[in-house]
Amino acid sequence: MEQIAELVISALLVIGGIFAVIGSFGLLKLRDTMQRLHAPTKATTVGVGTALISSMIYFLVFEGTISWHELLITLFLLLTAPITANFIAKAQMHRFIKPEDLPGTGDTTDWATYDLEMTVANPDLIGPDLRK
Amino acid sequence: MLDYALTFAFLCFGLGLAMNLYRVFRAPGVIDRVLALDTMVVNVIALIVLYGIKTKSGINFEAALLFAMTGFVSTVAFCKFMLRGDIIE
Repeated sequence: MEQIAELVISALLVIGGIFAVIGSFGLLKLRDTMQRLHAPTKATTVGVGTALISSMIYFLVFEGTISWHELLITLFLLLTAPITANFIAKAQMHRFIKPEDLPGTGDTTDWATYDLEMTVANPDLIGPDLRK
Repeated sequence: MLDYALTFAFLCFGLGLAMNLYRVFRAPGVIDRVLALDTMVVNVIALIVLYGIKTKSGINFEAALLFAMTGFVSTVAFCKFMLRGDIIE
């Protein structure tokens, strides 16, 4: 049992390390900021997740205690990584990308993230019931 | 075998941390620096957890959890500042 657990923990640690290196290398290698956003938010999250799960298995098998902290950290990281990615992408869009350069949404409304700027520039876009 | 895997993981996360540090110093814009700092936080959390396995103590997890929270809040504050020029309006 301990042999199998050791094997599983070692495999998880090696896979996690490789994912972490891929994520950090993608941050150096990819071409522009929107592409570079992909590498750390996906690959590095998997890397740290496997490290935390291997720690959980280690304490369960070798120390005989279930520690819930790892699960808490894993959940927290998995919840917050997309939020930070969304915020960084939004900052990049509002700084460097004009709404005219984006592809169309295929709908009657425009990109929602530019709504505030468009309505400030052109107040007639707001319906009469929303205008105060 | 576990020792070798642990050493390999330490090396990998350390290498990732070094690459992020390079990106913090040499970046085309401020957004890349914020992204690199956010990745550094994640890598440091992994290093703290691996150190916990190495020393067989569960005392480091509170540090990792606090680090995750402060990292998230600081990244969101940075992005909010870049978007609006202000953090709490």
